[in-house]
Amino acid sequence: MADTANTSAEPLSVQDMILALHAYWGAKGCLILQPYDMRMGAGTFHPATTLRALGPQPWNAAYVQPSRRPTDGRYGENPNRLQHYYQYQVIMKPSPPDLQALYLGSLAAIGIDPLLHDIRFVEDDWESPTLGAWGLGWEVWCDGMEVTQFTYFQQMGGFDCKPVAGELTYGLERLAMYIQGVDNVYDLKFNDHGVSYGDVFLENERQMSTWNFEVADTETLFEGFRRAEAECRKALEAGVPIAAYEQAIEASHLFNLLQARGVISVQERASYMGRVRDLARGSCEGYMEKYRPEWEAKFPGWTA
Amino acid sequence: MGSEVPGVDGMSTADFLLELRSEEIPARMQAGARADLEKLFRREMEAAGLAVGALTIWSTPRRLTLIARGLPLATEAVREETKGPRTSAPEQALEGFLRKTGLAKDQLTERDGVWFAVVEKPGRAAADVLAEAIPAIIRAFPWPKSQRWGAASLQPDSLRWVRPLSGIVALLGGEVVPCEIGGIHSGRTTMGHRFHHSGEIVIDDVDDYAAKLREAHVIVDHATREAIVREGARKAAADAGLVLVEDEGLVIENAGLTEWPVPLLGRFDEAFLEVPPEVIQLTARVNQKYFICRDSAGQLANAFVCTANIAAHDGGAMIVAGNRKVLAARLSDARFFWEQDKKTSLAAQAEKLARITFHEKLGTVADKVARVAKLAEWLAAEGVVPGCDPAQARLAAELCKADLVTEMVGEFPELQGLMGGYYARAEGLPDAVADAIRDHYKPVGQGDDVPTAPVTVAVALADKLDTLAGFFAIDEKPTGSKDPFALRRAALGVIQILLAGKVRCNLTAVLRNAIASVFASVLDRAVAGDVNFAIYIEKIGKLQPHPALPTDEFTARIADFTAELGDFEIKLEPYSELALDFLRTAPAVVANTPAALVAFFADRLKVQQREAGVRHDLIDAVFALGNEDDLVRLLARVHALQAFVGTEDGVNLIAGYKRAANILKKEEYAPLAADYEPEPAEAALGASLDAAEPRAEAAVAAEDFTAAMAALASLRAPIDAFFESVTVNDADPAKRAGRLGLLDRFRAAVHKVADFSRIEG
Repeated sequence: MADTANTSAEPLSVQDMILALHAYWGAKGCLILQPYDMRMGAGTFHPATTLRALGPQPWNAAYVQPSRRPTDGRYGENPNRLQHYYQYQVIMKPSPPDLQALYLGSLAAIGIDPLLHDIRFVEDDWESPTLGAWGLGWEVWCDGMEVTQFTYFQQMGGFDCKPVAGELTYGLERLAMYIQGVDNVYDLKFNDHGVSYGDVFLENERQMSTWNFEVADTETLFEGFRRAEAECRKALEAGVPIAAYEQAIEASHLFNLLQARGVISVQERASYMGRVRDLARGSCEGYMEKYRPEWEAKFPGWTA
Repeated sequence: MGSEVPGVDGMSTADFLLELRSEEIPARMQAGARADLEKLFRREMEAAGLAVGALTIWSTPRRLTLIARGLPLATEAVREETKGPRTSAPEQALEGFLRKTGLAKDQLTERDGVWFAVVEKPGRAAADVLAEAIPAIIRAFPWPKSQRWGAASLQPDSLRWVRPLSGIVALLGGEVVPCEIGGIHSGRTTMGHRFHHSGEIVIDDVDDYAAKLREAHVIVDHATREAIVREGARKAAADAGLVLVEDEGLVIENAGLTEWPVPLLGRFDEAFLEVPPEVIQLTARVNQKYFICRDSAGQLANAFVCTANIAAHDGGAMIVAGNRKVLAARLSDARFFWEQDKKTSLAAQAEKLARITFHEKLGTVADKVARVAKLAEWLAAEGVVPGCDPAQARLAAELCKADLVTEMVGEFPELQGLMGGYYARAEGLPDAVADAIRDHYKPVGQGDDVPTAPVTVAVALADKLDTLAGFFAIDEKPTGSKDPFALRRAALGVIQILLAGKVRCNLTAVLRNAIASVFASVLDRAVAGDVNFAIYIEKIGKLQPHPALPTDEFTARIADFTAELGDFEIKLEPYSELALDFLRTAPAVVANTPAALVAFFADRLKVQQREAGVRHDLIDAVFALGNEDDLVRLLARVHALQAFVGTEDGVNLIAGYKRAANILKKEEYAPLAADYEPEPAEAALGASLDAAEPRAEAAVAAEDFTAAMAALASLRAPIDAFFESVTVNDADPAKRAGRLGLLDRFRAAVHKVADFSRIEG
């Protein structure tokens, strides 16, 4: 497990941590992908996870995904909360038998010694009603802090996962704060040449919090939501489910922004979530439908 | 038809070890899994005919282990003998028997002129039985949640387990029991601690299993790990001069999260101690699974005990430092909530309750609070709760749910009530009000504290009575095992409070008020929230929202109103539709529901009093009078009755009563003036009744139920003598009618105390 352990005394910078994870998972056979070029709430939304979790074909990938949570914005004043942060996402389908060991190897690769730090797998099941998805797994604790969500997907888009994919979601800033021993996210060293996380992102957090909470034009957002919804349906009718799914991602983020602007009442909230869910599920269904004949031919005995 | 003949005796035995290894099993499921493993194993063995003695079952996060000592090496051979027709019977009978048994004639045995079919079933090797049983147990395992995994999950029917199953050790007498499930083959190798050991461990047999695992830093016996956590946490606290706050739930959970538990003590910033101690304890417990400690003065100390799963190289210094940081982040959130919440008064918070739905037919939490406030004030003003200031009762009730919208209770729902109490005190409200806010949910179970402070009693009663009245009014009563609104618990709470505080009230009247209040509140809301509805009501001019507690008059007005609703044409908002439906049923519900609720209380009282040894039939006997709904007095009556029916007088009086009641049931009679010479026993009974009736009545009025029973006891000898010497069914209709009248008087006298027909035995 300790084959690629980071043995240097100096803790890794944020960027070196990402590079170490890339090197580690790349060597384990994962494609190293780049972030998806759309605004989304979590790495799971990336089509490389959501859509690729569907169907029988093997798929192993790792990537960083910038994640946007408008309501978590704190104008750069909270040391732990950000409206934009990074998730490191690994998906392996089918889940390999040694996924836990592989994961622990990745912790060693970024400098966590499991005989100095208490690593624990604590029950935490995952569910995303928006994606019609759920899975069983754990939150992984390092000295009492949750550093990773570890999930065996059981359903995606309302479909049973056949086969099951294993998903790892690392909270990069948290992990980096832990490794570097800093209490404020903005104090993280981004590289080894004097640039901090705050140098890169503090102003972004201030301005984007202001825009998310105060400036964003709600009528434009509502209009955007309706357009994304219409476009998604159009794309599904045209048989291009990947394009439809992009519109579902768009609608989901616009809904999050509307939430941050405080213009969606409790009653409306459920209805908007239902609309986003319908788009995401519809896209997954479209994706399944499109490839079903090909998959059934290639994987005898497989059924959606 | 068949009989079993035992096979060879003196079977030799061996010890069996089964270990099912998996990725981390949730701590909360391990105890259930142990019980299920034992149950399934016993079931499989019993089905196969293998006798099982005591079992040892262990669990860790990564394995479930079963040890069966002295398992027979084979099942017993079974000889089944089926009796057939006589040898002299017709050919058809024999043919039928052969068909039934599937045997040929030369396979039958003849004994004493009768055919027998004898089938010998040889014993099966235990190893074969186990090889079949292990996959069957795994497949049938009832995990609360299970999953599929890996390449095999391409197929829909692939194996399910709580988390991926990774290995099976199955050894009988040191030999591998070969079996396979989901691509996993049984063997003799297992794994040690995830970090303290690498490589496989080879198990020889049952006896070296636990020891070899211990060498590999796995304590496989959960009870041992629990003891280590329990003792270790205690010691860690003691070494720091502190006292651990014991928490057996945490002991079990931490033992379920570790294979090599190491309790470690850490400190947090003293400044956090300004946050209420319950908050710190809950944060530490729920989010982090830490124990907390007290100092020698009993105050919460700035220390926690976490349980690591490793014996760290540095003695745990880095682990403690990491956990301290996580706890600090949690506590600063909690302190933020605490300070944030204190900036808003409870009264201002309470306004936000109008946004939370209590139940779609019963309005918002704010609506409920308004009802509870009225009822609490009324209970105080009417003197039902003695010594209670009505204004304080109202104020406490108005604020009692305000903490539901605070940040802290949003984060920790289990702190509801408690936080309200803290915030009330922080804003300078009287202690009686703060205490009532804090404790008004109590009692939440049989073992919980029962409030006795007057203001608390008023609010706690009003809250529960409103819940009961509301859900009964909309016909959401508990059925069977379903009680989604916890109404049984609410009724039990009311009973406990009334009895503990000797709170006197006529439950029916109180419930009628509560129910009418529910209707008034629904109407208020409909009028306030719906323009059309308001216009209509104005047009009709019959109903106004009711500021005062509604009365029967209100019910009558609702009846008039609903009668005029007819085919109301204006399009109503959805809420008003609901309100209208509800109001249409109001008169019937207000009329019938109190009785249904009192019956519900009677049932709860019987359950509650069973433990105290109070007979349920005696509770029925007093409830059946229909005029006793003051639970305190009712129970005093039942106690006196129970003492009485245990005496000789009581037993005989019941017998006399039943005889009288039976005769009266059978015979019809019209009361006639008794112009005949009564027999002595008849006259004596009449005289006794003349004396006993006023005595019993006066005693009941004075609530001296022992004296009431004594008055009844005075009737025992006369009624016995009456039945002894007087013929009721006399040929003279005047005598018959007179005597039946006497018996009727006797029955009525008894009924002044209790309905003896309900008494069993």
